[in-house]
Amino acid sequence: MTFSPELEAKFADLVTHYPEGRQRAALIPMLMFGQEEVGSITPEFMEEVAKRLGLNTMQVDEVVGYYSMLHKKGMGKYHVQVCTNVACMLRGGAELYDHACHKLGLGHKEVSADGVISLEEVECMGACSWAPAIQVNYDFHHEVTTEQLDTILEGLKK
Amino acid sequence: MKLFNEPSPLETKIISFRFGLENSASIDTYLAHDGYKALRKALEISPDDIINELKASNLRGRGGAGFPTGMKWSFVPRASEKPKYIVVNADESEPGTCKDRLLIQHDPHQLIEGCLIGALAVGAKKGWIYIRGEYNYLIHIMDKAIAEAYKNGYLGKNICGTDFEFDLYTHTGAGAYECGEESALLESLEGKRGVPRIRPPFPAISGAFQSPTLLNNVETFSSVPAILRMGGQAYADLGVPRSGGTRLVCMSGHVNKPGVYEVPLGFPLMKFVNEIGGGVWKGRALKAIIPGGSSSPLLKAEECDIPMDYDSIAKAGSMLGSGGLMVMDETTDMVKVALRIMRFYQHESCGWCIPCREGTTWLKKMLQRVSDGHGQTRDIDLIGDLAQNMMGRTFCPLGDAAAMPTIAIVKKYRNEFEEYVARNPFASPELVSIA
Ligand SMILES: Cc1cc2nc3c(=O)[nH]c(=O)nc-3n(C[C@H](O)[C@H](O)[C@H](O)COP(=O)(O)O)c2cc1C
Ligand code: SF4
Ligand code: FES
Repeated sequence: MTFSPELEAKFADLVTHYPEGRQRAALIPMLMFGQEEVGSITPEFMEEVAKRLGLNTMQVDEVVGYYSMLHKKGMGKYHVQVCTNVACMLRGGAELYDHACHKLGLGHKEVSADGVISLEEVECMGACSWAPAIQVNYDFHHEVTTEQLDTILEGLKK
Repeated sequence: MKLFNEPSPLETKIISFRFGLENSASIDTYLAHDGYKALRKALEISPDDIINELKASNLRGRGGAGFPTGMKWSFVPRASEKPKYIVVNADESEPGTCKDRLLIQHDPHQLIEGCLIGALAVGAKKGWIYIRGEYNYLIHIMDKAIAEAYKNGYLGKNICGTDFEFDLYTHTGAGAYECGEESALLESLEGKRGVPRIRPPFPAISGAFQSPTLLNNVETFSSVPAILRMGGQAYADLGVPRSGGTRLVCMSGHVNKPGVYEVPLGFPLMKFVNEIGGGVWKGRALKAIIPGGSSSPLLKAEECDIPMDYDSIAKAGSMLGSGGLMVMDETTDMVKVALRIMRFYQHESCGWCIPCREGTTWLKKMLQRVSDGHGQTRDIDLIGDLAQNMMGRTFCPLGDAAAMPTIAIVKKYRNEFEEYVARNPFASPELVSIA
């Protein structure tokens, strides 16, 4: 499996961040940064990372299964995450999520047929004082109204 | 960088005074505003002197548990032959909490300086900032600040022309609340599932890579430079006895001016909500406040006339926790709040121990049942009993964190659960009116 030169450089740098013999520590960052390029945590990707860190694929697999941001199934090009945890709920987060479901015709962790948009109901994302909040990929949007959500979603289809 | 909310004139800005300055994240701005002065001072005094300043400051951990920081620093065996490490907990995922994000976004060098002083105090040469995966943009900000610090001689070898050396790296999480728990965080840092470790040994003795580790929250480390600059005693005097200094409180929910504000420990809770937060929104009455993140038991409106310090809030039966203060107005449905909180803990339970894995799952099912209108009176008792039985019986504190708010809500708002049950035509006879 081959990666872009930038990602290769990043991987090479990552393993130097940890004490000698403890390179396994680079596993989660490698999976997170690699996922952005590969699109999802594929079996080949897991095998490749395992090989590089001297692990077996099973060890990588069990780690992948634990973390909610590591996706074995590819998400959309734009992954829309709506927080419905308490602080957001108090200011309309649940209604915002329902609105997104209807608007996109998608449910939790579903991807649109063209693969462009996916939706996820997520837990607190650290934007509680500016609720309700959503993230599109890694971009935060604060104090989102249903109208603003519509505009954001329209923008993604282009 | 742009501020997300207007500051308040009632704030005491000790660790947030650079927020909102132009290029506040850059080393130039930092140096122009007292930056790295505390480090120079720390380089001149002994590690014990640093720790004594911290003890005098009455700084308590800002991550949740509120453990006295100076004491924690003194537990790290400086003489140990093993390498010592610094780990910063930037996993910030306690619902209601959004302050560490600002500390990194607006003032990353303050955090670096705090780490450097920690490294001097315990003899560490390496450290990691464990940043939750969702905060991807902060990793870029932090990496840039770290690179600037290397370039200017504040990281790497021969720091400030001395023989002190320290390397600092960011490390991304990948979405797991439990990885904010210190021992689970260390597992995750080592590239494993975030399942907590048995303690003792505590991280101070055996932490990252089985070496002595100083692990603190972002805000805790970020408070250290100010403490050394102004002196431990002066910092302590800002607060109240046993709760020194200031902290960032994240106000959310039904208030007119939600936001993150820095206030001294002991600041009156109602003054905070009414004067800084502009009061409850829409002219409504206050119903309850969750004072320190979703793990902290909520306080009814009539219990809120207290100062915000660790001891006063504990006396009222709750916790200052992570500083995530959520305000609820009179229209808030407490059954829905209890259910949403439990859905979170059930989702985040790592599954390692049975009381938490099964307890949160059943509590969620029962709360869902009441909320859906199919509840029985005995469900209300069972919810309270089950939560009570989880207390102190789980492998890590996440179990308690799930149980505590549930117990409080059921006890304080039992009538609302009963109303849900009363609306159920198939509810047990004792509550269905015959007429
Ligand atoms: C389930 C759970 C989640 C936690 N999440 C966080 C967190 O996101 N950030 C944090 O700093 N501390 C968190 N803590 C507290 C840490 O275990 C630890 O006490 C803290 O990071 C120590 O730093 P301090 O003394 O500076 O507060 C959590 C604890 C538990 C039990
Ligand atoms: S209490 Fe038990 S199951 Fe729950 S998070 Fe802690 S170790 Fe995991
Ligand atoms: S509760 Fe939604 S961001 Fe914290």
